[in-house]
Amino acid sequence: MGKIWRLITKKDPQDEHPGSPTAAVHSVELRTSDSPISQDDPLLNYLLYTQGFIEIEKLDLDSPALELLKQEGVHITVPLISQGELIGLVNLGPRLSEQDYSTDDRRLLNTLVTQAAPALRVAQLAKQQQAEARQLERREQELRVARVIQETLLPKELPELAGLQVSAHWQPAREVSGDFYDFLEFPDGRLGVVIADVTDKGVPAALVMATTRTIIRATAERIVSPGEVLQRTNDLLNPDIPRNMFVTCLYIVIDPSTGKLWFANAGHNLPYKSTGNGMIELRATGMPLGLLPGMKYEEKEAILEPGESLLLYSDGLVEAHNPNGDMYGFPRLKQFVVEHPVYVDTIGLLVNDLVSFTGPTWEQEDDVTLVLINRREATNGEDDTSLSHQTQSRSQINWYLLAEFTVASEPGNERLVMEMVTEAVQNTFLSGGKLERMRTAVAETSMNAIEHGNQYRVELPVIVGVYSSDNSIMIRITDLGGGREIPEAVKPDIEAKLAGLQSPRGWGLFLIESMVDEMHVSSDEQHHTVELIFHDTGERK
Amino acid sequence: MRAQPFSAHVREIADLSIIDMRGEINAFAESELNEAYTKSELGNPKTIVLNFTEVSYINSTGIALIVSLLGQARKARRRLVVFGLNDHYVEIFKITRLSDFMAIYPDEATILKESV
Repeated sequence: MGKIWRLITKKDPQDEHPGSPTAAVHSVELRTSDSPISQDDPLLNYLLYTQGFIEIEKLDLDSPALELLKQEGVHITVPLISQGELIGLVNLGPRLSEQDYSTDDRRLLNTLVTQAAPALRVAQLAKQQQAEARQLERREQELRVARVIQETLLPKELPELAGLQVSAHWQPAREVSGDFYDFLEFPDGRLGVVIADVTDKGVPAALVMATTRTIIRATAERIVSPGEVLQRTNDLLNPDIPRNMFVTCLYIVIDPSTGKLWFANAGHNLPYKSTGNGMIELRATGMPLGLLPGMKYEEKEAILEPGESLLLYSDGLVEAHNPNGDMYGFPRLKQFVVEHPVYVDTIGLLVNDLVSFTGPTWEQEDDVTLVLINRREATNGEDDTSLSHQTQSRSQINWYLLAEFTVASEPGNERLVMEMVTEAVQNTFLSGGKLERMRTAVAETSMNAIEHGNQYRVELPVIVGVYSSDNSIMIRITDLGGGREIPEAVKPDIEAKLAGLQSPRGWGLFLIESMVDEMHVSSDEQHHTVELIFHDTGERK
Repeated sequence: MRAQPFSAHVREIADLSIIDMRGEINAFAESELNEAYTKSELGNPKTIVLNFTEVSYINSTGIALIVSLLGQARKARRRLVVFGLNDHYVEIFKITRLSDFMAIYPDEATILKESV
């Protein structure tokens, strides 16, 4: 509702003719009163439905606003109405001549009000818009600051440890919350892994995140036990954390040489251990950090066997909604972990699964943070320095990961995949004719993934993994075209094609099969995966 | 890695029409290749030669384009021959049996010598 706008009469000391009939107002000052008319004041209704000139003295209403006007010496008021809304009043005191206002005065006043009302409305809206723009700018500046704080404090590099492969994904939502993860490498070779989620959003959440991270880092340097680290962090955080804010946090310490891990949990999502045959939740109880002082945190132990993996995740994943309002949820995540053996690029596929669940128009509600720890298979004493990671194989061969990457589903990107795979295998047995055959097979498979699997939807990635074993190279190419029937490779009949009885096209699958030593195709509801395998047959050039 | 756009130029030597190709033979090459082929037929040559010396990449769509040219040539009772293929693409021409229908020469000189 509009405020009371007042035209206040002020006697001009220079005016020597106060009785002049046209000098009712010597000078005017337009200012706002900070006292809006109350919604239940009967004067408000009267002003809204009474057009034009109102003589205050003649009104008899039980109205505090009316009393105020009378006290201020207002004789005449004219409501300023714009689009059915009272946006102000033009108030006049008594004429300086002490005569009544004339018909001409009334006409002049009505003309003035008719023109002033829309102009005043425009001015009010402009002022309101300016205020909103300033507020938006302040909010965006705050978001930028919060984001910078968060990004600065996230690990710049993933830890590289013999026996462990660690990967992470952090996908911030626009509204900054306080997700973070951290890695602590200890001198004895153990690795500390933290994942945490601060409630609330914006700069306060980012500052609590920074504080929590610092306390955990400082405490973990002196205290080995994860439970005691969380207890100490809680006690230090509790006095200073703003009211209604808290931090869920999972802290794990892993010995890469044995796979033994110790963990404690301050109300964070339970990590999932994938065993290859299923999954296990690692459960330990404890209150979120910052809620109550003097809390104890249960500490548990587990073993990450060679070939097993551990997935840590934040609420942003399980609480993501699709356009129907369904939540991604824990059951879907558990099913995903069970269905995706550890040698797959789990994080990449999990992100794709989230994208396929939420749809391309998803407005991300919360940060999504994922950390995956794979324990590599035993290497039988072999030097794996050039083969940085090891994974499980479909046929119990030990596969080492050489490279993993994704490309967008754009025409021509099959050449990019071909070149990147070529680079990944440059120190392997693949060379000469075999290398050329690999390049053709990879390009054709990638082209199928881009064209048929992902149907040229650039937002859908083609996921490529390059693996090596003692005697073989495997290239795994995955698209999001699962759930569709896969055509079989039929040897094209060139005579029929030349006679115009068959399309000249249709060489892709035939070429791929002709180029590789083994080809395996698999599909689930979301994904379609082709594995191209090349064996070392001693062919060199 | 930068994609190499396809280009093709036609020249005539003796009674041969030679299409010099450059770049990648894939879906993007279709119109340029077909235009060059149409141009190569203007002098009604008995033999049309595809020069692959400067071709860096042929994919399955490129193979389909070549099959299509071969079909047109056979219909018009022309020979379509090729030279300049590297070992890998010679292998692909054999696997696809294109080599059963179009002679593969190592270089231009050999073709010229034979056609004299």
